[in-house]
Parts: sequence; C-alpha cells; structure tokens
Amino acid sequence: MNVHVTFASRSSRAGMALCAVAFVALIAAPAWGGRDDLQLLSEMYCYVALASLWNLLAGYAGLVSVGQQAYVGLGAYILFAFAILAGMPPLAAIALAGIISAAVAVPVSGLVFRLRGHYFAIGTWIVAEVFRLTASQVSVLGGGSGTSLPAALIIAIAPSRQLRDFIEYWVALALVGAVLLLIVLLLRSRYGLALKAIRDSELAATCNGIDVRRTKILVYIVTAGAAAMIGAFIFLQRLRISPDAAFSVNDWTAFVIFITVIGGIGRIEGPIVGTIVFFALRQTLADLGTFYLLMLGAVAIAVMLAAPKGIWGLVVEKLGWQIFPLERRVIADGSTVAGNAAKT
Amino acid sequence: MTDWINVILQGVLVGGLYAMFAAGLSLIFGVMRLVNIAHGDLIVLAAYLALVATQTLGIGPLVSLLIVVPLMAAVGYALQRLILNRTLGEDLLPPLLVTFGLSVIIQNGLLALFTADDRKLQAGAIEVATVRLFEGVYVGLLPLLQFAVAVAVIAALQFVFYRTALGRAFRATADSPEVARLMGLDNRHVFALAMALSLAVVAIAGVFLAIRADFDPSIGPARLIFGFEAVIIGGLGSLWGTFAGGLVLGVAQAIGAHINPGWQILAGHIAFLVILAVRPEGLFAKGRA
Repeated sequence: MNVHVTFASRSSRAGMALCAVAFVALIAAPAWGGRDDLQLLSEMYCYVALASLWNLLAGYAGLVSVGQQAYVGLGAYILFAFAILAGMPPLAAIALAGIISAAVAVPVSGLVFRLRGHYFAIGTWIVAEVFRLTASQVSVLGGGSGTSLPAALIIAIAPSRQLRDFIEYWVALALVGAVLLLIVLLLRSRYGLALKAIRDSELAATCNGIDVRRTKILVYIVTAGAAAMIGAFIFLQRLRISPDAAFSVNDWTAFVIFITVIGGIGRIEGPIVGTIVFFALRQTLADLGTFYLLMLGAVAIAVMLAAPKGIWGLVVEKLGWQIFPLERRVIADGSTVAGNAAKT
Repeated sequence: MTDWINVILQGVLVGGLYAMFAAGLSLIFGVMRLVNIAHGDLIVLAAYLALVATQTLGIGPLVSLLIVVPLMAAVGYALQRLILNRTLGEDLLPPLLVTFGLSVIIQNGLLALFTADDRKLQAGAIEVATVRLFEGVYVGLLPLLQFAVAVAVIAALQFVFYRTALGRAFRATADSPEVARLMGLDNRHVFALAMALSLAVVAIAGVFLAIRADFDPSIGPARLIFGFEAVIIGGLGSLWGTFAGGLVLGVAQAIGAHINPGWQILAGHIAFLVILAVRPEGLFAKGRA
C-alpha cells in the first residue's frame, strides 16, 4: 500500500487560493482605499499579528501571558531611542527593536519561567510594569509624559505625505505577512509538531523526548521579538510615545486576548476572524464609550463559557474547513486513512 | 536614624493592607487553583460600595463594613456558583480569561457610574490621631488599627482553615476534589464558600484602602499585583507567610519611595523579582514550593 503524509486538504487549497487573491487585493489597497481605509487596515494588521503571536504562546505553547505589552512597549521605546538619540532611520530601527527585545526576553524568560500557570501570567504582567515604570524614569525620552518623533526623521522616510502613508501601509502588511508566514512555517516544522504535542499533553510530550522547557522558551523569545517589531511600527505610525500608552495592558493584552478567544484559540485562522469581529464591533459601537468595553468583556466571557473554541472552532467542528495547510494527513491509495481534524 | 525607623514603620503598616489584598487571593488559589484577575477590581468595587453606604446612610466607613462585608461575600458566592465554577478544570485559560473579562466589566461599570474622579472615605477624627512611640517616632492611629485588623484577619483565616469543619472541607477539596466528593462534600458549594470568604476579606481591604488614600476605578490591577507579589514573596501555602510577604513588600516600597518618590512601586516589583530569582519558593514556604 502506498502511504504518504500531506498537509494540504481540499479546503486548505481553496483557502490558500483565496488568501493569495486577498493578499494581492490588499497590496493594491493604496489604489482603491482612502487614507482612513489604509490606517484602519494597518491597525487591523497589527492586531492580527499581535493576536497570532499571543495565540502561538497560549494556544500552542500553553504559556498564558498577560504581559505581552512589555515587548510591544519595549520595541516602541527602542525605535524612539535609536531614532531620536542616534538619528537612525525609523524603518531600520523596527528590525533592531525586534533583535534587541528578543535578546532582552532571554534573561526575562529565566525569571518568569520559574512561575507556573496562572502565576506565570501575573509574573509577565509585573515584568511589563517594571518596564513601564523604568521607561517613565528615562528623562531623555520624556519620562512619564513621553515624547514625539522629530519631523525630520519622518520626512526622511519619504518626501510626500501620501507616499509615506503608502510605505507605512506596506510595512504593516509585510509585518503581518511575515508573522503569519513565520507561524505557519514554525508549526509545519518539527518544532510545530512538538508544540502541538505539548499543547495536547505535556507529560506525553516529555515522554516522547521533547524538551518541553526549551521549546517553550524558544517560542517565548521569538514572540517577544516579533511583538516588539509590531510595537515599534505602531508607535512609528502614531509619532508619539508615552509609558502608559506603550505598556498598556488593555490595548496590547486584554484586547489581544479577547480577539484570540472570540476568533478561536489554538487555530491560526482564529486571530484573523477575531480581529474582523473586534473591529466590526468597534466601528459600530465605539460611540458608546465605556459601554463598548463592558460589552466586549461580556462577549469574551460568554464565548469562553458557551463556545470555548471560538468562532473558528465552531466552523471547523461543523464544516471541517481549514484555510492554512497545517494538519498532517496520512494518505493511502489516494484516500485519507487517518486525520485528526478535530485536534490539529 | 529616626527617619529610617519611620520609613520602615510606615512600610510595615502599609504591608498589613497588602497582606489583606494577598490573603483573599491566596485563599482561593489554595482551595481551587484559581487566580482571580479581577481581585484588585473587586477591592475597588468594595471601596465604592462603602462610599455609597456612607453617603446614603450617613454612617462612618468603619460601620459600613457591617454592610459591605456581607454584601461582597454574597457577590462572591453568586459569582462562583453562577460563573466561575463553570470555568474550573485542567485548562488554565477559561478562569483566567473570564476573570480578565470581569475585571474589564467592573472597571468600566464603575467608570460609567462614578466617573474617573478621585474619591476618598472620610473617617473623621481618627484619621489624624497619632500615637507617640518614642521621641521622633509617631504612628497614625488609623494605620495602627488597619494593621491590627490585618493581623486579626490572617489569624481568623488561619483558625477557619485549621480548626473548623469548613476549613477541613476547604483543605479536603484542595487536596483531592474527587475524594472530597466521595465523602459527601458538594465541591461547587465549597468553592463558592471559599470565594465568599475571599471577598469578605476583599471588602475589609477595600474599605481600609478607601480610608487611607484616594481611589478611582482604574487602580484595581495594581492592587492585584501587590497582593500577588505578597503571596509569592511569602511563599505559597502559608497564610502567615503571605502576611510576612505583605510586610516585605510594604517596606521595600517605603524604602524606594524614601530614596526617590518615583521609585516606590518599582522598588516593590524589584524586591519581588529578586526574591523570585534567588528563592522562587518564597521566603516562608511550607516544605514544597
């Protein structure tokens, strides 16, 4: 009998084709969208990226962090520091922010990995608070009240405002594309297989020879670096930084968690679906102010209690769709003999 | 010299308040492995309940405890029975996410009802009364009372835990929920009682917080973090350890604030991280981490 392993399924082939079409349409967005559309899309890309990274952490590696704002803010501050103090071009500083933050995550992981489960979650939050309070002591970057990027650095990106908008939009798209690609490749690699094993049972994973701790630390460091690049970009676009905004637990963690859970945790499509729902809610209800946040909290609780796998979890359960080819299937004589669609 | 004695004394007294933040957190974690992210916001909720009670009934903040404590205990029982019991299990995420959602709901609910203005409970003459310990060292009567209450709360929890049938039920359920059920305990009820007790402590902490300093709807998460730090510094599984953890945190913050007012909170966090680095099981852990 002829047996081989494949990732793709009929729905993932259709899904990838759809993604390719959507990606081309999004690259061309400056041709069809206005300035507001581009900004909204950029913001959505940032949330898709942050939620995907959190999903990798919590949904796959079992590391429930409520302190990702530490790296969003750190990345943003690194960009501002190198741009303002060393005159570095901001776009180059985005990459540097990723590298430095990943390096910072190495010793931090040594500390927070001493805590387990829920305590890990709050431990990461305290690290973020330490970063925030430290940033407010740095007087060359405006201390507690923050600072702005000098206009000369912005103009150096591109001479006209329109071209700058386009470039920033494409950078956002490239960043989210890179994050998604990184996650897909990671999950398809042997590390991905290890991560799924860890997610399903740490004990069984350890018994199969997986170094659980090392794999988790690796994921923690990679997501820290990537979140920092997203953070650097977000504040490059905002032009202004302050410790409270850069290290906001609501903006960079609470919303990100709600997006992931509403969309579907543990599935790569989840954060994308969740971001669309989150922004649809926000565009229609934002006028209600605090009431909107109240509702968001309630929706997240309701989803967790009633449909813990989120919207995309329901879609997979009912329709068996998967857009990204991540699941290993064993094919024999041209027909699937074993696939665990419900679990992977 | 008296300068530093004062600083450390103030730290110790504030530490009593932190120990009360921590005791409720430690209690429910011990019984049902649940970390309540909304813990700090519930402290603030208790402060607002006391505010409403004092304003509408014209009673003092300390008398308002008679209303706020049973009310918060009832909230805790209902919260656990209706929502949180459904999130308990192997998976860490549901309780974390649900209490995170609750935190956002409480914060924004209070914001909508009471605005972001600073509030404070007025306790009258007791607020400014001081006791002279010796030349140059005075302590406020109120911080002293608060500290005494913190000691009493920890002692009472210790008594409940190790000397009563309820405490036996808590410990049994914590050790093995399945066996506890076989012995005829209703876990859902036991967990709900644990949450009720936790929020009764939260209510006391909230009222003292509200007398001591200004509060607004956004200060909850920082109280959660202080409580959490006290639990870890003291070591899991020991109530008096948690109390000592609160004092260590209070003193660290007081020393930080004395050196530079901007370093108060940071000094507390750093003390926490140092202890995590050198003695992750906490200063006063019971045997196992």
